[in-house]
Amino acid sequence: MTKTFPIGGLHPQKHKLASELAIIDAGLPEYVSIPVKQHSGAPAKIVVAKGEKVKAGTLLAAADGIVSAPIHSSVSGEIVNIGLQEGLFGYDEEQITIKVEGNEYAQGIDTSDKIITEIPDDTEEIMQRIRNAGVVGMGGAGYPTPIKTTVPEGKKAEYLIVNGIECEPYLCADDRLMQEKAEEIIIGAKIINKLLGIQKAIIAIDENKPQAIEIMSRLTKRYIGVNVRTCKSKYPQGSEKQLITAITGREVPAAKRPIDIGCIVQNVGTVFAVYEAVMKKKPLFERIVTVSGDTAEKSANFRVRVGTPAEFLINKIGGMTDKTAEIIFGGPFMGTATVNLNTPVTKLTSGILLLSKKSTAKEPETACIRCGKCVDVCPQGLLPFEIARRARNNDFSQLMQLHARDCIECGSCAYTCPARIPLLDYCKISKAEAKKILKKQ
Amino acid sequence: MLKISSAPHIFSPVNTRTLMGNVIIALIPAILAALLIFGFSALKVLLTSIAACVACEYLICRYLLKIPPTTGDYSAVITGILLGFNLPASIPLWMILIGAFVAIGITKMAYGGLGKNLFNPALVGRVFLFVSFPQQMTTWPLPHPGDFFAPDVQTGATALGILKHLDGNSSSEALTKYSYSIDNMPNYLDMFLGNVGGSLGEVSAVALILGLFYMLYKKVITWHIPFYYLSTVFILTSIMWFYKETPDLDPVAHLLSGGLLLGAIFMATDYVTTPMTTKGKILFAIGCGILTVIIRIFSAYPEGVSFAILIMNAFVPLIDRWCIPRVYGTGRK
Amino acid sequence: MMDNLILTDFLTLTGIAFTAALILYFILQKFHTEEDPRIKDIEAMLPQANCGACGRAGCHDFAVACTKCTPQGFAKLYCPVGGSKVMKEIAGYLGMKAADREGTVAVLRCNGSCQNAPIKTNYNGIQFCRIAHNISSGQSGCPDGCLRLGDCIKVCKFGALSLNPQTGLPQVDSEKCTSCGACVNICPRQLFEIRPKGQNNQRVYVACRNRQKGSIARKNCKTACIGCMKCAKICPEIKIEENLSYIPCSVNAAKYGRQLAQTCPTGAIVHIEEKDKNND
Repeated sequence: MTKTFPIGGLHPQKHKLASELAIIDAGLPEYVSIPVKQHSGAPAKIVVAKGEKVKAGTLLAAADGIVSAPIHSSVSGEIVNIGLQEGLFGYDEEQITIKVEGNEYAQGIDTSDKIITEIPDDTEEIMQRIRNAGVVGMGGAGYPTPIKTTVPEGKKAEYLIVNGIECEPYLCADDRLMQEKAEEIIIGAKIINKLLGIQKAIIAIDENKPQAIEIMSRLTKRYIGVNVRTCKSKYPQGSEKQLITAITGREVPAAKRPIDIGCIVQNVGTVFAVYEAVMKKKPLFERIVTVSGDTAEKSANFRVRVGTPAEFLINKIGGMTDKTAEIIFGGPFMGTATVNLNTPVTKLTSGILLLSKKSTAKEPETACIRCGKCVDVCPQGLLPFEIARRARNNDFSQLMQLHARDCIECGSCAYTCPARIPLLDYCKISKAEAKKILKKQ
Repeated sequence: MLKISSAPHIFSPVNTRTLMGNVIIALIPAILAALLIFGFSALKVLLTSIAACVACEYLICRYLLKIPPTTGDYSAVITGILLGFNLPASIPLWMILIGAFVAIGITKMAYGGLGKNLFNPALVGRVFLFVSFPQQMTTWPLPHPGDFFAPDVQTGATALGILKHLDGNSSSEALTKYSYSIDNMPNYLDMFLGNVGGSLGEVSAVALILGLFYMLYKKVITWHIPFYYLSTVFILTSIMWFYKETPDLDPVAHLLSGGLLLGAIFMATDYVTTPMTTKGKILFAIGCGILTVIIRIFSAYPEGVSFAILIMNAFVPLIDRWCIPRVYGTGRK
Repeated sequence: MMDNLILTDFLTLTGIAFTAALILYFILQKFHTEEDPRIKDIEAMLPQANCGACGRAGCHDFAVACTKCTPQGFAKLYCPVGGSKVMKEIAGYLGMKAADREGTVAVLRCNGSCQNAPIKTNYNGIQFCRIAHNISSGQSGCPDGCLRLGDCIKVCKFGALSLNPQTGLPQVDSEKCTSCGACVNICPRQLFEIRPKGQNNQRVYVACRNRQKGSIARKNCKTACIGCMKCAKICPEIKIEENLSYIPCSVNAAKYGRQLAQTCPTGAIVHIEEKDKNND
């Protein structure tokens, strides 16, 4: 039976152009620039100096505090620069630039394809390996995984949900990973199970990925406790809260975390990274990136070293065309548009999309016709039109009553609005304002 | 030059203009039916009405509000068609101009244009004409299907009109003049196809239902309002029929007669003047249904749809306040 | 018969009106609350902008605070919109003493006009600085410069800010500006600063907030501060941190202003001389 969340949602065109394309290695660029902050929390502290020789997997920057993650070199070569460089948003960020020489790995990393199934007994040891490998939530938030897999005192984990939904159009990175590394993901889930002290894991897959479902269902028969659940193909099914409701029927209370209702959601990419960190002692320095878009000559799923500039990948698929009007890091719903082609791929980059002017055309805003479509699609049951109307007039008196801070910023309302009112932007403004009010209290 | 914009970066292909365009397409079967049934005079009425509504909006935008004209969103065209649909084919054309001015100028633009009006413009236009010129507004030419240029000399009565006058309030002279007789009650098939007297758009049930299915298919509207409106009317009239309150018109005839289908499909589903949430829409539709039946059966007017919808329009702000959806993660155990 | 009808109508309606009036009267009696009568008087003296610049929820709240505080506390209360004039009036009414304060005005610390910092990227989003700030460094590429989308203009209740069509930047009308601080709070890049109007209405400040290295900053904007230290040599009070100079309010604009503005090699230092129109 396919499952889904009860409120809202919509069905955008899928554009999964790369779903049939096997993951290929992107190769090594001339230079990589590795940002020291690729996660939520404090930036990592740099432990190397200019001129030092590093190998793939060498620690470049150590975690600074608990909510932080270490950063490793993704290539072998020489550090040529440490300093501020223009990042994804156009703001300066600290990056370590390495000139690539050869392709050597740091000691202890198992680069073979052999699948290892024996999970170490010592949970402390497992946790340490995950922490040292710098594994973070690869779905987009980048929350350090060690914290997420630690059950706070007084709470009990019941469900581990492995998120293989990938509901954003164009993106296929998770889909391909599930098809090609299915067993590794299942073992990764068992590892996290062990950390949480539970037996069961649910792999949630969108119904538009029949191959992944088939492969996963076949393999999970050999692993007790791991099950596949098919979810309806609906945006934003891959959102943490919506996925939990679809699978368990529970709702994460406002301003609470999933663990408060016994759920933990991990992206398939994260689970695979956990497997590699624990079984192969391989730090997180490469990931799968879908490069696609309606103006891309061809699409591809690349295995990319962190720090690889976007331009390198775009050139691999034939470069930009005249029609390319917008380059997006991430999906078209929640991703970030950038003009900086040197922006490096980070642990959180799920895709690089080259979209045309036509598909990204922002028509001028017209009057709200009260059609109620924004209310119908909002997966959180909010009133986007009302939040927007008040935000436009700088009226923030009703933010708490309107639950503005429960917005998950999925963009469904702005996508669907026939009057093209930038509802999401207004919701974001209101959300920021609500945070200010909460801080004051 | 690459561009920067905030998320989301893609948009649904549906915008206000396509929505309104789809409504117009949904209205085409009814337009064709009107032309077929009432011939040339129907064409005159519809064209005058559309032209007057669009011109009114354009002139107000251009010279009164001094803003770029908003006629490009086709909403004035829809108002024009719907206003024409609510008029008898024999109405003098200058009255349509007054109706259009009331609909667009007073009901829509005076409130601030598209999206801000409280009442359905076409209905206000119709009701204004109805109370100002009751004679012309209730003189229904008989249908003459197929004969496009036939003059509208013969006038008849609507099924609901016949019923009202059979109550015994009318003089026997009037009864004979307008053939208010139970023998003249149209049969189901005529009512379904539209071979009856009435306003332009309301006569042909089949054309309106075609339009409904088109709008449902294109997801312009949801099924809630037409369904709940029509079923409320059906259930209430069934009860009354059972208890002999309306001896001569059974529930099915009630559904097919008058402006009920037109109202339930095109008027009560107007985005601007109906509630935004599904719960609110259901409440609105049930309210419309109850008021329609009350007006039809207990009031002096034969027809209650327009008044019912307008009265419920006034309740929309209240309903919108009341029927807000449950926010995820709150209010559930 | 006719007379009777009119009479009945008249009596019924009068009766309804009278009953309604009675009900209203009793409700008013029941829910009436005593309020210090001085609050109303003080409110009348206040500008009634309800801008919240005094740190209170509105003018009424400020008036309540005025009536409840001690003489020492009163010296701390200040309505920036009404200025010293209103405060003196209130002080006179309450029999207290208002502290003397200098008039202040908001200044925009960015000179990145369309000419100085030309548009490099095509911003196609909503015309809100707060959103543009979150998704990009702006059309000019300067990460600290004015986004030129006018959130400040929208939030100003006194019409003191307007978009200069030549420069693309908001400009402050110092006569209308009440230094309520709304623009300071709304600007996502903290470009506004409330500064004293200064001696003879002369002000001098650094119109730049960019902390990038001089060479990088100048790529995006001709008038960026490059931290060259030349101003600090003229006036030792000026501090330069992270490639950015800041002129404290204590620097005498009448004395140093012109010299500072002329010395600055990029034109980041702005010296404003206004004619005294009000004789205030």
